[in-house]
Amino acid sequence: MTVLVLVETEAGQIRQASRSAITAATKLGDVHALVVGNAADAEAAATLAAKVPGVAKVLKAGADVLAHELAEPVADLIVSLAGDYSHIVAASTAVGKNVLPRAAALLDVQPIPDVMAIVDADTFVRPIYAGNALATVKSSDAKKVLTIRATNFDPAPAEGGSASVDAVNVTVQDTVSRFVSEHTPTSDRPELESARVIVSGGRGLGSAENFQSVLTPLADKLGAAIGASRVAVDSGYAENDCQVGQTGKIVAPELYIAVGISGAIQHLAGMKDSKVIVAINKDAEAPMLQVADYALVGDLFEVVPELAKAL
Amino acid sequence: MKILVPVKRVVDYNIKVLVKSDGTGVETAGLKMSMNPFDEIAVEEAVRLREKGSATEVIAVSIGVQQAQDTLRTAMAMGADRSILVLSEESPEPLAVAKVLKAIVEKEKPDLVFLGKQAIDDDMNATGQMLAGLLGWGQGTFASKVEIVDGRAEVTREVDGGTETVSLSVPAIVTADLRLNEPRYASLPNIMKAKKKPLETIQATDLGVDMTRRLTTVSVAEPPTRKAGIKVGSVAELVEKLRNEAKVI
Repeated sequence: MTVLVLVETEAGQIRQASRSAITAATKLGDVHALVVGNAADAEAAATLAAKVPGVAKVLKAGADVLAHELAEPVADLIVSLAGDYSHIVAASTAVGKNVLPRAAALLDVQPIPDVMAIVDADTFVRPIYAGNALATVKSSDAKKVLTIRATNFDPAPAEGGSASVDAVNVTVQDTVSRFVSEHTPTSDRPELESARVIVSGGRGLGSAENFQSVLTPLADKLGAAIGASRVAVDSGYAENDCQVGQTGKIVAPELYIAVGISGAIQHLAGMKDSKVIVAINKDAEAPMLQVADYALVGDLFEVVPELAKAL
Repeated sequence: MKILVPVKRVVDYNIKVLVKSDGTGVETAGLKMSMNPFDEIAVEEAVRLREKGSATEVIAVSIGVQQAQDTLRTAMAMGADRSILVLSEESPEPLAVAKVLKAIVEKEKPDLVFLGKQAIDDDMNATGQMLAGLLGWGQGTFASKVEIVDGRAEVTREVDGGTETVSLSVPAIVTADLRLNEPRYASLPNIMKAKKKPLETIQATDLGVDMTRRLTTVSVAEPPTRKAGIKVGSVAELVEKLRNEAKVI
């Protein structure tokens, strides 16, 4: 069996979530990595993808129409390449979730999103009800279309492979959608999805000013990414791309420090696979304390600065 | 401009579902059912566009069992003008739903279809994208802002690094994310008025759509639970534990 993996790139680099998708795909068969982007990005990413162990072949699709990984042209491209592949795989990212269901519909396949475990070539485990239940589903489709929950598969290493690179003749057009602009707040911090440590804040912070002034010194000390609960984002304390949870980002760092986060189900669904969880909360009954390895009950405005100082 | 809004009847978001002891699914009998929260946002956005004068008619559609008409009445109480109930088994798969919606779109010829980005029961996050694919329309998924500019739909999307804005030719598909708007509560007079709004019922089989499931649920299990750890009494103790016990700092 041969598996086609959509590999996402960012500034010519392979996204870590896509490395996890490659790892998942190697459990199913030989991996062909499809890299898309404008000509320069696709070229750079194809060179990197060829070095990833487990990748048997790289398909390089460079064209302006693919520059922003919009769903319409990328899905058409995948369908045009789908041929004999047994599985088509991407990471469960904003791009993967946008592109793969569209491609699946065009292939008359029911996609299987957020795969957490691969049982066999047809059978997969995925979360339902915000992660409150895990369903094992078996597909009767001839071709399987999957998105992979990146935190459940280790990212494939960057070096060690030497795959051949084939250029794809891109003929797809996009007549219905057009990229206008993007707003990507820049930060020197690690990305949430790949950070080793995450400091995350919730309702208890009380304001955008507090969110910054309390969490930043601690995050700086730990070299941590900063996350937020949905309440904190909805209240304007933090940018939406910081949101951790079922409807935000799914993370699994080595250390997750939840500050003033009560622990709603949908937040827990996004971080409960973290290796070590610390909860700092004034409410000893908060659900977050039921999943935390270390719980410190106290006033976060005193505790967090003290912790930053002690590190 | 006509807007079609598909809505799904799901277990209310405030209820924590339990896995059936025989592992065949989750227990839904007797639970409070509501409109999928993301679909409420989609209804709200469509109604706002009509109130602003950008849209002329909002049509709600639901695919499922007879009781889904309650969900459609809610949509009409929020402001949808009329509804279509497509009767089928409970919670068909997104591929089948997308095919039913395609048939409805061909009949009603809407300019926009607004959907919730995902249903909170199966968490598939697929129907909007699949419908867009089947129709060959543009898709503005995970939308936090929708504007009609010179006859095109300008959609700001929530993506991993922040937001992205795309411009779509109309007709187009939009799927609603949480921050698109805050849905209104239906007022009592509007709930009463909704009872008199037209609700058409059709059979999925009459649309000639193959509803056969492609996925079989082998089993449903509880996720592994995380055991509560220990309470630490001070910052010093926390730092000591993180250093010497957990070894993560």
